[in-house]
Amino acid sequence: MEVPGLFNYWMAIVLMMAGLYTVIARGNLVKKLIGLGVFQISVFVLYITMGKIKDGTAPILPASGSAEGVVFSNPLPHVLILTAIVVGIATTALGLALVVRIHEAFGTIEEDDIQAIEESEA
Amino acid sequence: MSGPLEHLPALAVVIPLMTAPVIVALRRPWAGWLLATLVSWASLAMSLLLLQQVLETGPFSYLMGGWAAPWGIEYRVDQLDAFVLVIVSAIASVVSVYARKSVEAEIEPDRQYLFYAMFVLCLCGLLGMAITGDAFNLFVFLEISSLSTYVLVGMGRDRRALTASLRYLILGTVGATFYVIGIGLAYMMTGTLNMADLAQRLPAMAHTSTVRAALAFLVVGIGLKMAAFPLHAWLPNAYTHAPSAAAALLAGTATKVSVYVFLRIVLGVFGATGLLTALPVTQVLMVLALAAMFICSAVAIWQPDLKRALAYSSVAQIGYILLGVALLSETGLAAGIVHLFNHAVMKSALFLALGAVALRVGSTRIDAMRGIGRKMPMTMAAVLVAGLSLIGVPLTVGFVSKWTLVEAALDDGMWPVAVLILASSLLAVAYVWRIVEAAWMAQPGPELAHVREAPTAMLLSIWVLAGASVWFGIDATRTLGVARLAAQTLLQGVAP
Amino acid sequence: MSPSTLMILALLLPLLAVGPIVLAGRYPNLREAVSLGTGGLLIAVVLGLLSHLADGIVPALELGQMLPGLALRLELEPLGMLFALVAAGLWPVTILYAIGYMRGHHEKNQTRFYAFFAVAISAAMGVALSGNMLTLFVFYEVLTICTFPLVTHAGTPEAKKAGRTYLGILIGTSILLQLLAIIATWSLAGTLDFAPGGILAGKVSGPLVGVLFALYVFGIGKAALMPFHRWLPAAMVAPTPVSALLHAVAVVKAGVFTVLKVTVYIFGIDLLAENAAADWLVWAAGFTIIAASVVALSKDNLKARLAYSTISQLSYVLLGAAILAPLSLMGAAIHIAAHALGKITLFFAAGAVMVASHKTEISQMAGIGRKMPWTMGAFAIGALSMIGLPPTAGFVSKWYVLSGALQSQQMVAVAVITLSTLLNAAYFLPILHSAFFGRAADDDHHHHGHGEAPLPSVLALCLTAAGTIALFVLPDQVLTLAGALLGGNP
Repeated sequence: MEVPGLFNYWMAIVLMMAGLYTVIARGNLVKKLIGLGVFQISVFVLYITMGKIKDGTAPILPASGSAEGVVFSNPLPHVLILTAIVVGIATTALGLALVVRIHEAFGTIEEDDIQAIEESEA
Repeated sequence: MSGPLEHLPALAVVIPLMTAPVIVALRRPWAGWLLATLVSWASLAMSLLLLQQVLETGPFSYLMGGWAAPWGIEYRVDQLDAFVLVIVSAIASVVSVYARKSVEAEIEPDRQYLFYAMFVLCLCGLLGMAITGDAFNLFVFLEISSLSTYVLVGMGRDRRALTASLRYLILGTVGATFYVIGIGLAYMMTGTLNMADLAQRLPAMAHTSTVRAALAFLVVGIGLKMAAFPLHAWLPNAYTHAPSAAAALLAGTATKVSVYVFLRIVLGVFGATGLLTALPVTQVLMVLALAAMFICSAVAIWQPDLKRALAYSSVAQIGYILLGVALLSETGLAAGIVHLFNHAVMKSALFLALGAVALRVGSTRIDAMRGIGRKMPMTMAAVLVAGLSLIGVPLTVGFVSKWTLVEAALDDGMWPVAVLILASSLLAVAYVWRIVEAAWMAQPGPELAHVREAPTAMLLSIWVLAGASVWFGIDATRTLGVARLAAQTLLQGVAP
Repeated sequence: MSPSTLMILALLLPLLAVGPIVLAGRYPNLREAVSLGTGGLLIAVVLGLLSHLADGIVPALELGQMLPGLALRLELEPLGMLFALVAAGLWPVTILYAIGYMRGHHEKNQTRFYAFFAVAISAAMGVALSGNMLTLFVFYEVLTICTFPLVTHAGTPEAKKAGRTYLGILIGTSILLQLLAIIATWSLAGTLDFAPGGILAGKVSGPLVGVLFALYVFGIGKAALMPFHRWLPAAMVAPTPVSALLHAVAVVKAGVFTVLKVTVYIFGIDLLAENAAADWLVWAAGFTIIAASVVALSKDNLKARLAYSTISQLSYVLLGAAILAPLSLMGAAIHIAAHALGKITLFFAAGAVMVASHKTEISQMAGIGRKMPWTMGAFAIGALSMIGLPPTAGFVSKWYVLSGALQSQQMVAVAVITLSTLLNAAYFLPILHSAFFGRAADDDHHHHGHGEAPLPSVLALCLTAAGTIALFVLPDQVLTLAGALLGGNP
């Protein structure tokens, strides 16, 4: 297996795992959201990588007007991931807004402390 | 199709999408409510027209912007899509009428218009998920509905709504990202995102581990979104602390549409690969469904807060639906699909009624509701009707689902499964009867002295749904007929 | 009127009475007049149906499809006619009794009581007129749910507990066992219509028949076959007219009626006989008869003793079905009517004693026969009918069951019937003896002056006692209906 050739995929997996681990293991809500962001970015990397074709160039028509013989990268995954990035930004923004509200309401953003407060209320 | 009807599939999604910014611009609660209500009823009308169209002419396609599939985005409407569209828009319509009073009481005046904006965005996302034939477009709609849902949940008056919303956001995003990974892997192998195209090209690649990984990512991702046991951790808190109107909308539609996505992607797209039986997908699904039915029903019995009890009951009911799917037979699938509708109707009725109780009593805890049956007889009668439906008493929609599901299990010779289905429905007796005993078999305390019946508009909405859960229980030929057709269409592409 | 109109009327009349009953809630006399009037009309309707049936018409009517291919359907056959006659005939009598009892006992929420009573009668009519198993199941469940507020009428913690037992057993058995059996029947036979000779013949064989039959018989919890009998004694907390409804008019009768229906029209006695699928029921019913009688012996509370007597008597019907001989099936059908008349008399009498003297225990009732001669006279007739002695209805039904058992050489059944007759005598005769010949205890100052119960109640129990004797003297009509059950002549 040609590890260097699959470098991007390996990186995607590393990012994915790091992100997921942060989401699960960190009690600080902001860190959780950072983890979530990393996790999402790993998918962006995955998509962008799969659109890359060996020796392909950006999918723009050459000035000559003829695309004959030119190898293009697949533009579709890149376009898709633009959408996903927008979604990711929205999610992170909403998440952070919620964290701000939680900080106002509970006075803390540590999950354990919040849980203790909630349990004392129930 | 010709004339203005031609663009129905697009309009059903575009109109709610366009209304949201208008509501935000107007900043008036009443304008927001009016627009949201109009849009909901308009989508109901459009959905019914689409359903009629499908039943007359069979499935049809609409090409977004005139670009032919598989390059352009195809909106494909078959019986299942149309059925889900009708469920979503019908529940939204009823909830929108109800929402005015409920939102006035539960959300600060200067934020009310935002509620309605999120309401129509959520509606747009859910309808879009049901109608699109493009796997990535589905993700976009999924996120539109999810993001608006997080906001709706976070608007609850209890501060725990915020944490519930954040938890939902994290798990929901993980689920959606899993979905994108799955779709990406499938795209890698096939070079297409059109569902019909994917379904055609995937079988040739079924042996590759990429396709198998794609299936695994999709099952887990969608499983998170539809709160399939044991991926349901976000649901109880989200439903409990969301504003009443939002809880009713979500309980009736959000998980239902996710189940639809499961059917569409896992059965519709991956059905022909034979992986569902080659990998133990159906077996695992069946075991988890049964576990959900028993464990979550049992948990529901012990909840002091009724909204929470109903939330757990929802997870259990998703189990019934998935069990029907796992049987992978026409009758089983029809049972699952018809339960999408039946459960939406009764569970929304229950959440609406509890919202009315919250409005008048200020709590939905069972010990705060002692003797409430004498104070709010119409509301609690609706709870009883919908509760009986949850148990599956004859003449209610719950009975229809249960009957069809048991029939499907028996047709496959699975006697133990049939017994388990019926046994688990007895657990529903326990949590429904707790409400009955508290509401009617206790004297109202002094703290209920000033409690009155719910406002008329709320009662109307509650009873439309409670009435529907009886109406379609007495005559289930139409709902079950459509569900059967949908199951047939879906099963055409599934390898035995 | 056409038969279909009459069937619809039989279902709707009691339901239509609910509205006026609730509206007239403030005027008790008007409210009870509505119940009585509707009861009279219902009897007329049922008699109208009877005359159609006698003319050889089989009234049938489709109410509409519920599930694809499966309709809610009404169809009248002799057995259903018999049950409809019993339920319709006893409703106004029970109301008459309730007027005396509920007022004399100062019960609360009387309007609710009369309203749900009417709904229960409508459900019982639905059970009687059902044309397929789905319809029957629907009305069976409706009957369970609408009797729940009646059973828990008192609203006490004790009533709540009884309500849980009542609902738990009846809903539990019907959903877990009966519904499973029904759906399995549908899955196997492709139909649920009641048909003479059964619908399962040729579709199943071997041990599955027995399993399915057991699912039905135990699933019909209202038939109170042990071990699913606990709800009946628990429901004793209800007011006496409700006990009458449960034990005599509608609920338990709906249970044994359903068992007979299933035996004859779903399985067919030939299929059951070929596969020896009902043999276990001879033992199970026999055990229930004897065991319930023994328990009854040990009960000092009169209503509790009557409750266990009911459990035992219901199993006579099941035994009659299990013997699978035409004569014993006839006997089982007659026993539905005979037990209804006898047991309602007994409960009416027990309630009358309670209202007049506030006594509930048998040991307190010494000498009561002299103070309440009409009541205890009627009680005596009812007791004779339970034991199965002439000149009462119980004799007729027992005679046919026993003849069937002898004919088909079912010695177990013969022994059970003989032994249980002795046990019945052992728990009823001492009550009569002490009531008429015993000496009242001295500490009875408080109620020394009491006499008979309120007039409407006494009138009602005399009517049913007279009915018990009438069924012995003039059994023709009932015999014809019961005989037509198997298409033969009595």
